[in-house]
Amino acid sequence: MKSRTRKQILTGLRYLAIITGAVVVLFPIYLMLTTSLKPRVAAFAIPPEWTFVPTLSSYATVLFDDNFLRFFSNSVQVALGATVGSVLIAALAAYGIVRFRFKGSQVFVGGTLVLKMIPEVILVVPVFLLWNAFGLINTRIGLILVYVALNLAFNIWIIRAFMMEVPRELEQSAEIDGCSELTIFSRIIMPLIAPGLSVAAIFTFRLAWNEFVLSLALTNRFTRTLPVAVSMYITDVGVQWGPITAIATVIALPAFIFTFLAARSLISGLTAGAVKG
Amino acid sequence: MSTTLRKSVTPWLFTLPALACIVFILIVPVLSGVRLSFFEYAMRDFAAGRDPVFIGLDNFRILFSSANFQASIRVTLVFVSSVVVFELLLGLILALLMEGGIKGLRLFRTLFILPIMIAPVVVGLIWRFMYHPSFGILNYFLLRLGLDPIPWLHSSEWALRSVIIADVWQWTPFVFLILLAGLQGVSKDLIEAGIVDGCSYLQNLFFVKLPSIASIIAVAAILRLIDAFRSLVVIYVMTYGGPGVSTEVMSLHLYKTAFMAQRLGRAAAIAVILLAILIALSSVLVVRTLRTERK
Repeated sequence: MKSRTRKQILTGLRYLAIITGAVVVLFPIYLMLTTSLKPRVAAFAIPPEWTFVPTLSSYATVLFDDNFLRFFSNSVQVALGATVGSVLIAALAAYGIVRFRFKGSQVFVGGTLVLKMIPEVILVVPVFLLWNAFGLINTRIGLILVYVALNLAFNIWIIRAFMMEVPRELEQSAEIDGCSELTIFSRIIMPLIAPGLSVAAIFTFRLAWNEFVLSLALTNRFTRTLPVAVSMYITDVGVQWGPITAIATVIALPAFIFTFLAARSLISGLTAGAVKG
Repeated sequence: MSTTLRKSVTPWLFTLPALACIVFILIVPVLSGVRLSFFEYAMRDFAAGRDPVFIGLDNFRILFSSANFQASIRVTLVFVSSVVVFELLLGLILALLMEGGIKGLRLFRTLFILPIMIAPVVVGLIWRFMYHPSFGILNYFLLRLGLDPIPWLHSSEWALRSVIIADVWQWTPFVFLILLAGLQGVSKDLIEAGIVDGCSYLQNLFFVKLPSIASIIAVAAILRLIDAFRSLVVIYVMTYGGPGVSTEVMSLHLYKTAFMAQRLGRAAAIAVILLAILIALSSVLVVRTLRTERK
């Protein structure tokens, strides 16, 4: 009897700790969302107004700003371009590595692991100089190219893991039927590893959509992406928290969508290489 | 003949685009950065079309005797070691609380991904908003509790701690996810055998669970170490390295050297030092992964 109440208390404490953790994790995000929906005055109110009539006025301010629309469109183009490019190139490479096991593929795998840790900030200066020389500075395509390369290692790694699960007999029978390598790749392999492709796509999109330092150094006011644009709205005097939190929410939107639609893929992508490999 | 030729060329055709991207966009810039670190090259030389001047190891010599660079190393070491320790501890506690299946585990796991997925710029903005001295929510809570407000980002004593708190908030969920996956992989028989033998929870934890996930804890630590050394954007948005240089980590010092002080050669030298640290850290990971690959 006594041990039962003790157990109940322990379970209660456990849930209390977990819920506290969840509140701490979620509160800052909640604050961003609500601030973006508050009328201008309420955004600054201390004590904070916990209940308020939500308004889209901050979003309206942002959306009717031509600059915002340009930066938004830049972000979309860059993120989509980088995602398609990087996933396609990585899938081809992964197929080459898995199917042909040529000399040096082990080196390739080890090499991609090292490449995964190259930080953006190390590339900033040399890429800035090179892109100037090649006329790629201040262009969206220049930024896309860097993001394609930056996520290749991770994408090859993930897609390769999924490809290794595809039974070899499937390819062999297709080969006997006279399919070329490219047909086997595009018609048989690609549809089978769709989940792997989506993990790669989500993480590439995340990098290209969120990245800041390279975008700051390699773009100008015409080709800038949203994260850089929003950072330029802040000065300590007269910060417009309503519009800023509205843009921040727009930037965070894909993160929300991916999290609620594809939590499982995200977890497998985040823990890849740590748990299994 | 032509089929054998095709057979030997095909694998290369598949890997060629990836190889080209990696060589021309990652390896060539990194190597040219290493080369640049031995040169004196300022932004105005670049603008005027002048060539870099070879100065040997002078950039490194100047860096190591520069007070700001030394400060940035100190700040980086404090930042990195604090975030890794706190994130591992809190992540482990959360994982232990949630293993063994609680109600709504999937929902909790999903919610915990959010901070990881959100752009660093946004994380920096949110925390800057909460840390605001006059209308920040944190000081409001402190006042309500009858405590003195804290000058979160505005004193050199507190700024680094505040930056560490924001990082711990964002990345503890990552450590939690990895450790939870690890704990769920621990053999149930092993734990039950322990219980049958009369092990207490703590004995089971220290003699069975933790040893069986030791290598996963190590991997989580290295992944976080690598990322923490690279961390830049959240700090850029929250403090821009200030007040003074109290939160200027190496990567931020690199950026400022390149684009504020406009010394490209010296910035490249910082990049080389940072790269050396990261290669050392990630080689541990590479060796381990290649070993498990071979099995």
